[in-house]
Amino acid sequence: MMGELLEVKHLSKSFAGIQAVNDISFSINRGELVSLIGPNGAGKSTCFNMLNGQIKPDKGSVRINGRETVGMSPDKIWKLGVGRTFQITATFYSMTVLENVRIALINDAQKLYSFFARTEKLYHEEAMNLLEQVGIVDQRDRLCGILAYGDLKRVELAVALANNPGLLLMDEPTAGMSPKERVALMALTHEIVKTKNIAALFTEHDMDVVFNHASRIMVLARGSLIASGMPDEIKNNQMVQEIYLGASFT
Amino acid sequence: MRFKPLLTLFLIVSFAGPLFAADTIKIGDINSYKNLPAHTIPYRNGATLAIEKINASGGVLGKQLELISRDDQGKPAEAIKIAEDLFSREEVSLISGTLFSHIGIALGSYAAKNKKLYIAAEPLADALVWAKGNRYTFRLRPSTYMQAAMLAEEAAKKKDVKTWATIAPNYAYGKDAVSAFKNALKKLRPDVEFVGEQWPALFKINAGAETQALLQMKPQGIYNVTFGSDLAKFVREGTLRNLFKDRLVVGLLTGEPEYIDPLKDEAPEGWLVTGYPWYDIKDSTHQEFVASYRKKFNETPKIGSIVGYNTMMTIEALLKKAQSTDTEKMVEAMKGLDVNTPTGPVHYRAIDHQSTMGAYVGWTTVKNGTGIMVDWKYLDGKNYLPTDAEVRKLRPN
Amino acid sequence: MSIYAVQFLIGLSDASVLFLTASGLSIIFGVSRIVNFSHGSFYMLGAYIGYSLIGDSDNPLIFWGGLFLAAVVTGLVGVLVEIVLLRRLYHVPELFQLIATFGVILVIQDLTFMIWGAEDLLGPRAPGLTGSIELLGALVPSYDIALIVLSPLVLVGIWLLFYKTRWGALVRAATEDREMVAALGVNQNLLFTGVFFLGCFLAGLGGAAQLPKGGANLLMDFGIIAEVFVVVVVGGMGSIWGAYIAAIIISELNAFGILFLPESSLVMMFLAMAVILIARPWGLFGKSESMEHKPPSEREDLTISGRKLPWNWGWLLLIAVLLVIPWFQIDFVMTLVIEMVLLSFFAATLHFIMGPGGMVSFGHALFFGGGSYAVALFVNYLQLPMSVLLIAGPAVTMVFALLVGWFCVRLSGVYFAMLTLAFAQLAWSVVFQWDSVTGGDDGIIGVWPTGPAEDKIVFYYLVITLTSLSLYVIRRVISSPFGFALRACRDSSLRSRAIGIDVRKIQWIAFTISGFMAGLAGSLYVYSKGSIFPTEMAIPRSFDALIMLLLGGVQSPVGPIIGGSVYTFLIDYITRFDYWRLLLGIMIMLLIVLFPRGISGIFSSGIIQRIKLLGQSE
Repeated sequence: MMGELLEVKHLSKSFAGIQAVNDISFSINRGELVSLIGPNGAGKSTCFNMLNGQIKPDKGSVRINGRETVGMSPDKIWKLGVGRTFQITATFYSMTVLENVRIALINDAQKLYSFFARTEKLYHEEAMNLLEQVGIVDQRDRLCGILAYGDLKRVELAVALANNPGLLLMDEPTAGMSPKERVALMALTHEIVKTKNIAALFTEHDMDVVFNHASRIMVLARGSLIASGMPDEIKNNQMVQEIYLGASFT
Repeated sequence: MRFKPLLTLFLIVSFAGPLFAADTIKIGDINSYKNLPAHTIPYRNGATLAIEKINASGGVLGKQLELISRDDQGKPAEAIKIAEDLFSREEVSLISGTLFSHIGIALGSYAAKNKKLYIAAEPLADALVWAKGNRYTFRLRPSTYMQAAMLAEEAAKKKDVKTWATIAPNYAYGKDAVSAFKNALKKLRPDVEFVGEQWPALFKINAGAETQALLQMKPQGIYNVTFGSDLAKFVREGTLRNLFKDRLVVGLLTGEPEYIDPLKDEAPEGWLVTGYPWYDIKDSTHQEFVASYRKKFNETPKIGSIVGYNTMMTIEALLKKAQSTDTEKMVEAMKGLDVNTPTGPVHYRAIDHQSTMGAYVGWTTVKNGTGIMVDWKYLDGKNYLPTDAEVRKLRPN
Repeated sequence: MSIYAVQFLIGLSDASVLFLTASGLSIIFGVSRIVNFSHGSFYMLGAYIGYSLIGDSDNPLIFWGGLFLAAVVTGLVGVLVEIVLLRRLYHVPELFQLIATFGVILVIQDLTFMIWGAEDLLGPRAPGLTGSIELLGALVPSYDIALIVLSPLVLVGIWLLFYKTRWGALVRAATEDREMVAALGVNQNLLFTGVFFLGCFLAGLGGAAQLPKGGANLLMDFGIIAEVFVVVVVGGMGSIWGAYIAAIIISELNAFGILFLPESSLVMMFLAMAVILIARPWGLFGKSESMEHKPPSEREDLTISGRKLPWNWGWLLLIAVLLVIPWFQIDFVMTLVIEMVLLSFFAATLHFIMGPGGMVSFGHALFFGGGSYAVALFVNYLQLPMSVLLIAGPAVTMVFALLVGWFCVRLSGVYFAMLTLAFAQLAWSVVFQWDSVTGGDDGIIGVWPTGPAEDKIVFYYLVITLTSLSLYVIRRVISSPFGFALRACRDSSLRSRAIGIDVRKIQWIAFTISGFMAGLAGSLYVYSKGSIFPTEMAIPRSFDALIMLLLGGVQSPVGPIIGGSVYTFLIDYITRFDYWRLLLGIMIMLLIVLFPRGISGIFSSGIIQRIKLLGQSE
């Protein structure tokens, strides 16, 4: 039987005595596009890094497709079908956009350890398809080291999609983009989630993006999950308004 | 096109050398001029002095001698490359020089392989003429074995010294020097006992700790092979910690000006050493050598100076005897060659290509703020070499 | 029991000089991230200057004042070096600074020789402290006691400077986080110059303070540098307390080693360093730091992306030239070319892990010399033929690389470099001191080619063929998926892991391939020389490869070839001059300051561009 795609229980992490993430539990199902919001320093990135294996939680459990992943390294977690984009983009600066995607595809096809194949002949079409999906085909031969920030976010998304992940973890996927681009990118994400029936968890500062695209919203404050629900419920939640959204909330 | 400038430069430098060849007999000189200048520059000075003297008297075979000196960076592989360069581009007739034993051995191996003559001036390793000896390699300076044997002979006369400890740098030369002395002394005095060995890393002596370790062994005699900065540190610590008091200390090479001069008034007193008391040698040829050396270089001669001088004397005698610069003829001439040098007659033994140049053995003392040797005598090398039968066993084929 | 106490005191006094010198290096590294290989030269300078200042004086004031002044003057020389040279290099990768400081070593060596001459100088004794006192039933030199007291005093002095002054607070802040200080609007140049002064001051003080225990000589610089690095790395780079504790550990290890294992001195130290680094990669008091490879300031030459290679015809031309060389029948030219080719090959194997892999190794000579020694030992003990050994030699170094690599790839940046250095020095000290097997520094001779390659021309062609093949293989691997994965790991290990790449495994494999290839270069090299000596495994050999890469251009695939050839040729030519070290040192410094992208960089930025433009207009 199919359980939840992602199931998090009692996840906690502290750094040098400061509780960054405090006993949070939640789960996400296929077809959901869930947003994790909260003020700076609320523990969002720490949470993402625990889900993705960069940071080992102090306690708690993370199950992806029913497999416990606490203690696994990021490359093992990737094998379970998890795609990731970072808050501060991480791409291969010495490679072109196309090559960035290509290397992910090659690894997905388990051809990374071939020592004599000509890389430029591998998975050209698949890579082009992904670039087309995220809309940076025209940038394909530019080096990531000189790319604009918004474009890098797109590259990251294309790279994250390379292994047909069941779960997408996106840390501020639209940072550095114009409002118009944000809408387009989130619409794309939304569509991918629906058509491929996968789940996505993202953090975002732009509340328009969050309320327009998220099918569910979780609010993190000082390491604790203080609310979770449909966009409308969150909008009307008194506590959220006080603690996080404050006066600027519209 | 990008290789062109490089290539052009390369070709010019590579092929231009021989074009300027003059009518001289060239001698390739390889030594570690940068790594141990204190030892190698006196050598080159001595050699230069000899060459000048030879050329002033009309040269050899109607030609002038030309010394081409090159620095080997203290690396054997570099020395081999330079040897090849000297023979192929400079067209030298033979090579000479080197101080470090391992470089000497490397060049010896090169000489054998390429059938070129190599006259090793200073390297002390016994293997150079024995275990790794070959047809094309000859050596001037008395080897580790010979100098250790001379010291052992004197040390053996001290009947009341029965327990010995040794201290030597932890590398091939140190190990050779210790085992040669042990064997020689044991042969003369089966009753002595070696109670311990210390092996500081070369030029990294931990003098305090080594001294303390030696004190712990309570030997009656100490055999020292350390030299250079190691020796200075050892002498200081040993003096401060009373290591040398009431003990017989034997120092290999310690009396050579290269090693004892830097110690100034702190030079150890009463050590039995091999060395070079140039200030005290009455022979007139030698005095003449000292005078002209001091005049030309404005410094006192070192052991390297006399070895450099004698090496060139050897080459002069060799060319006169061979009447040719053909390698095979020169090799034949080297066997049994007799040379008159400021330190006395030297004979190159046909059996192992070792010269019979001897060494000065005496006791150290301090005079006018400098360490010198007193009660010294010159011991002829020919009396401190193994028998022919033993040599045949030592040499390959 | 008292013997151990006395030995402990000796260790403490030795630790003192070591600490003074090492603390300077640690401070410099902590703030400027410069791995100052010329630190030993400042130590040497301190000794020489101190010697000249103090002279024969019996006046304690002149002695102690002389020590202090010598340190100040040394510090000022350091300032000069910093302003003239290093300041121009803060924006370039660490390796360049390292090589620049190597140039400083050469220059200081020759200048010292010119000023003070060749003879060892016996240091003055400290007035009033020339004797020894009786302690625990043994005589202890009174100057030893002075040294034992001196280093905690200096330690406290540094502590006060760092924790009680604004300048010190800035230095500490800079050690923690360099960007932060820049953000605070502090004049970074002034801060770095000040730190360099302090570091060199301490080195000079160390050099001068050891005068009464020895003196000054021209081998001091290289003599102490390995030990100082061990102390700094073991203590944790940037940590003063670490340097103090590590200096004591290393010195006590030496002092007691002499008592119990008199023959193992060198090995012990490097073994201790390797063990400590494996257990605590950042040293005893060092802090781990995130070490994402920073993008180079200039873009990598794109030819290695596996596109059409504009260098193809250049390669063919080069090979064509090499193939006709024997036709001239000049032995030495062939010898020189073989050496150029093999050292270029060696440099290329380092480039493989350093360029695409981003792993800077300071100990690559381990594999080069290791290959040579493997072959030489097999020849010596088993008389195996060359055909077998050209496989067996590299196979042995591959096993080494597997072992060493497994430990090293857990680290990155300077710590990776230091661990490779530790392993290489460990291997070197074993080879150097285990003379019953390896022949020690007398090396192994008589390793000449067997079979058809006995003929020099055949051997020449064999070298050219195997090297070309290997370089071709390396290039293919670089443009293969594996090569891309390797660059991926260098560019961003975070991203690599997130797309499922096992970063350590990729780097481990690359390290092993490089070790195998370097072993092949070394195996051929030993046959070309006919002998092998420990120098081929020592630090300068590892540095040769680094300098070659730098000379050729680190980011260029042809860098190692150009650099290797030019460097070999240059050394061969320049060593004919008396002061060649000075010359070479100046050339290295000029090159780094003027052409940080190396020779291939000069070409690709200028001439090649023009040629390309010409090509397009036609």
